[in-house]
Amino acid sequence: MAVARGILPSWAPYGAFAGAALLSAVVLLAAGSFTIALTLVFAVLVSCVGLYAWSRAVEGSRRAKDRVVTLAIASAFGLAMIPLLSLIFEVAKRGIPGLSVEFFTDSARGVVNGGGAAHAILGTLIITGVAVLISVPIGLMAAIYLTEYGTGKLRRALTFFVDVMTGIPSIVAGLFAYALFEIFFGPGIRLGVMGSLALSVLMIPIVIRSAEEVLKIVPNHLREAAYALGTPKWKTITKIVLPTAFAGLVTGVMLATARIVGETAPLLVTTGVIDSINTDPFNGRMQNLAVYAYNEYRSPGVMKQASYDRAWAAALTLIAIVMILNVLARFVYRRYRTEIR
Amino acid sequence: MFGAKSETAETPEQTAGSKPLGETATAGSTPSPVSAIGRGAKTIDVSDANLYYGDFHAVEDVTMKIEPNKVTALIGSSGCGKTTFLRSLNRMHELTPGGTVKGEIRLDGEDIYGRGIDPVEVRRLIGMVFQAPNPFPTMSIYDNVAAGLNLNAGRMKKPDKDAIVERSLRGAHLWEEVKDRLDKPGSGLSGGQQQRLCIARAIAVEPEVLLMDEPCSALDPVATLAIEDLIGELKNRFTIAIVTHNMQQAARASDITAFFNLEKSGTPGRLIEIGPTEKIFMKPDEKATEDYVSGRFG
Repeated sequence: MAVARGILPSWAPYGAFAGAALLSAVVLLAAGSFTIALTLVFAVLVSCVGLYAWSRAVEGSRRAKDRVVTLAIASAFGLAMIPLLSLIFEVAKRGIPGLSVEFFTDSARGVVNGGGAAHAILGTLIITGVAVLISVPIGLMAAIYLTEYGTGKLRRALTFFVDVMTGIPSIVAGLFAYALFEIFFGPGIRLGVMGSLALSVLMIPIVIRSAEEVLKIVPNHLREAAYALGTPKWKTITKIVLPTAFAGLVTGVMLATARIVGETAPLLVTTGVIDSINTDPFNGRMQNLAVYAYNEYRSPGVMKQASYDRAWAAALTLIAIVMILNVLARFVYRRYRTEIR
Repeated sequence: MFGAKSETAETPEQTAGSKPLGETATAGSTPSPVSAIGRGAKTIDVSDANLYYGDFHAVEDVTMKIEPNKVTALIGSSGCGKTTFLRSLNRMHELTPGGTVKGEIRLDGEDIYGRGIDPVEVRRLIGMVFQAPNPFPTMSIYDNVAAGLNLNAGRMKKPDKDAIVERSLRGAHLWEEVKDRLDKPGSGLSGGQQQRLCIARAIAVEPEVLLMDEPCSALDPVATLAIEDLIGELKNRFTIAIVTHNMQQAARASDITAFFNLEKSGTPGRLIEIGPTEKIFMKPDEKATEDYVSGRFG
């Protein structure tokens, strides 16, 4: 049996897809029901069949199967990217008209129409910052307990509850914070720090989970090397384990922050709505971007379009913050990670 | 471990001088003889040591002596408990979940498992080099050697520290190779150099005993030879116990050889025979020893 067989040109998969897309478009146009989505669906199906037939004729059945599976996986990836890209595109398209210097510098205090979102941006940063300050020490210490100290049933129970906590609906976290503060300050209380607390409830389990995974991959032989030098356990953890895991820990915290920075529901019931800048989380209501966007959209003023623009601009700002956090996380990880063998 | 004892133990005066182990904790313990030249090599006396992992009996009834200024090799087939035994000598065994020790292990007469003895303090006196080189990846070569000092000896003047680092690296025969790149990460060295770095790190804290768990198993023959030469020199300053699978290494590098064996898997390992290396290799008393050192089994 000959080993050498024909082989398709390198552009074959793209060619097959382009041909299939063209064919689908023409057929759908002729049938009068052309849409981009439908064309893509048909293009994937037709190109799978076409590529299989073509490859099988030239290359044999093993390669043909390989090509079809490759195409199917690439299509699945493309499908997963479509909502993400279209979301970013849509938010950018609608958000950019609302962006202005005023948007970043002014609050909405005393203006009937217009005004900026400075109060909301500041509020988001403060509320999230305080939430990080609460969550990181607690989450980190809990993770250290779980990886370095915890044993047996207690450890297993804690891991279980951390897993349960990661699934708590965010509105429940908000109601929890509200209920807690209501006990001390009476009904109707609204404070920035309440929002931070609600966000911490959501953030702590994420920090614990990611930190636990990172601490677990610090090899045990490094701990033993430290012990063999006569190092106490707490120093082994603070001077050897944590520095070795530093990059991963910071990355985990940043991703957890990105996860909570856009939360809306818990902040609706805890921080309230306000038009002016408030930088004191322990005193009075505090606006934030997510709630700001919600409000601009739900109750626009007389100039509806301007309000909608500001809502989109707020959404775009939020996405930008999340992206910046993600990029920073990647940067920190690349810059500070330790090679572990 | 967070107790006042380990706090006081971090003062340089205490780590620098040779203090009896239990003195800060138990008033009634017998003080061990303090050598005139700081820390000297010490004898480890093991009697009826039984080691367990949970319910599993790993090593049974070991009684032996590890002599000062000599190299004691522990040989035997895999799984016979050599490494477990070695780890019990500086209380590393109990770090494994379920690891327990019964019997007595004495360092110059003082039971290291006695009441009021801090395992952290024991490990300061009995250093260890591991099978795979394990320099701290976050630290430079210099900081790796100084790790024991930085972590445990409290504040120290830079020139003093420099001197100890240089002396330790020279002691580990690594100084010439790394003196120009002390600030580079230790993980950038070759395997053999990393292992010598780990030895330098272990001797920098001036222990009394040095335990080595198959220190050459990950190294090529040239690096192995370098480490063996080093062991020959280090025995002038320390008591050395080395676990090895390499019979030639035991024959070349050790003065005393202890042979461990187990009857079949699942049964505890036992010390079969201990004696001068020449005797163990040339005319051992036990048939099992002879079979093992000559490459025959059963």
